[in-house]
Amino acid sequence: MTWSLSTVDTKHWQEASERLQGGTLTLLGLWGEPGRAHMALLERATAEFGLLTLACPDNRFPSVGKLHPPAIRLERAMRDLYGLEALGLPDTRPWLDHHEPYRFLPVEGESLHQIPVGPVHAGIIEPGHFRFTASGETVVRLEQRLGYVHKGTEALLAGAPLERAATLAGRVSGDSTVAFALAFAQAVESALGVEIPPRAAWLRALMAELERLANHFGDIGAVCNDASFTILHAQLGYLREQVLRSAERCFGHRLMMDRVIPGGVRSDMAAGGEETLRALLALVRRQFPDLVEVYDNTESLKDRTVSTGIVAPALVEQFAAGGYVGRASGRSFDARRTPGYAPYERLRFEVPTVQAGDVNARVWIRIREVEQSLALVEQVLAALPSGPVSVQAPDGAGEGIALVEGFRGDVLAWVRLAAGRVERCHLRDPSWFHWPLLEAAIEGNIVADFPLCNKSFNCSYSGHDL
Amino acid sequence: MRKLLFRNFVHGPLTEPAPAADEAAAAELAARLEHAARQRLGRTLSIREVDAGSCNGCELEIHALNNVVYDLERFGLRFVASPRHADVLLVTGPVTQNMRMALERTYAATPGPKWVVAVGDCARNGGVFAESPAVVGGVSRVVPVDLHIPGCPPSPLALLRGLLALVETVK
Repeated sequence: MTWSLSTVDTKHWQEASERLQGGTLTLLGLWGEPGRAHMALLERATAEFGLLTLACPDNRFPSVGKLHPPAIRLERAMRDLYGLEALGLPDTRPWLDHHEPYRFLPVEGESLHQIPVGPVHAGIIEPGHFRFTASGETVVRLEQRLGYVHKGTEALLAGAPLERAATLAGRVSGDSTVAFALAFAQAVESALGVEIPPRAAWLRALMAELERLANHFGDIGAVCNDASFTILHAQLGYLREQVLRSAERCFGHRLMMDRVIPGGVRSDMAAGGEETLRALLALVRRQFPDLVEVYDNTESLKDRTVSTGIVAPALVEQFAAGGYVGRASGRSFDARRTPGYAPYERLRFEVPTVQAGDVNARVWIRIREVEQSLALVEQVLAALPSGPVSVQAPDGAGEGIALVEGFRGDVLAWVRLAAGRVERCHLRDPSWFHWPLLEAAIEGNIVADFPLCNKSFNCSYSGHDL
Repeated sequence: MRKLLFRNFVHGPLTEPAPAADEAAAAELAARLEHAARQRLGRTLSIREVDAGSCNGCELEIHALNNVVYDLERFGLRFVASPRHADVLLVTGPVTQNMRMALERTYAATPGPKWVVAVGDCARNGGVFAESPAVVGGVSRVVPVDLHIPGCPPSPLALLRGLLALVETVK
């Protein structure tokens, strides 16, 4: 599947915004660089992928967010990072730039009170601020303020040699390090026309599925823990630990950081890796079904997760929410299928979807995805081709873009290379389109259910704040 | 549910006597940690974790300290929800400009005597993000640091070893 890259004028840009509003196009990303704006799109009817680039000589461009709300935070970030003004943008408050005191949206009404939470939270989690407006126990509005972990990653990427850029890409969001490194590598390979050896592609898939398993075990357990049902948290935490240990034995790092590089993978799987992974599969297959049964048969737990934090299917479509947030509300998009990449066209797997859109649905999607990932790891082990695991990426120039499926959803990477260095790079975390839906999900729920809703989304702060 | 409880009853706890990564060293470490914590702190040390800009990799491994395999609480070390309840701040990440004030305030809210442990390569000197203008740098640029635990991210075993070093030097 190839992307069509085109430079457009303002008229064409606006037409695309209108088609986003109409729902015939899907927004996959919107970002800037000095003097230019870029928009990644999916044509819904034909499943064609396109990148539009608009020259903005005076650093202005017509706002997409004016017509299509999912673009609003992206355009606020473009202004903070590159001084690009989106003309007509309905919300012009800074987003990643925290120099000025933040103006929260005004709230009017009888018997309302506000609860400010963060940026330092009570648990071992990333920083962000949540401003709840509540009427008694019920949340009438949540407003998020993010950007606390903004590290200037895109500015560091500009001008970086490929190896350093790959290291940075792997640290956009630590829990998705394989997915980001993979997206970056694929974008570079597309820009330079590099063909990687088959074994490299299969090892990448193996790592990506292990990452998915580890995160899903952690998330399912964490949701149960926030409903004070600690036994599942403990049991699933044990399974997560076994995945990480297997990853270390096979690839030399528990989170598999810096293993995927442009041109392939850094090193082959360690000797005995196949046996390690087969033992892991056997362990999970023995224990996981019992844990699922406990989840399904514990009414006090289901009482907390069923019908809590519902996201409407229409919102999920509008925001093009990927991963479990999308699939729990009926959106079946999966980057492993569309645009698709090696070796997934040779593997059998299902993309589970349900319609309910509540916390319970997001837990069940993860349960089903664990089952799919186990089957995928098994298939990869059975058909792993032999041969080299990397090729040298040449010092070339070019532009490339890639979409890969992380555990949270689709990760977008775009690069422009010159003389073996990154000239510009953008990495878009799935959380950009999940965070606004969390605001919608909590509305009308009680304050005490927010941790459950939040865990069921498990958005990345670092991935979003860049 | 009953099946699961029965299985756990029969098989015993999943908690390992010591982390398996380096069994001899870890067993020794666990014993020393337990002894030192009891001696110096009356078997209690409360830790408040602060992410001051990390990529969340360090948070994942700090979380792992609480899983049944490492079970940090058996050593009397536990994570608390507020800096006001904490003896130790465990700080991760290159400190971002946007988190600087929050970190300073968290430190100020922690009652003395208090210790700061900087976790991970970024917390030491900014790591791979050191050159960014959006980043202040290592944790010691903002609050005094008593101990650095290196790694990207440090493994649970490395974290355990680091916390031991802290406990042993606490007077």
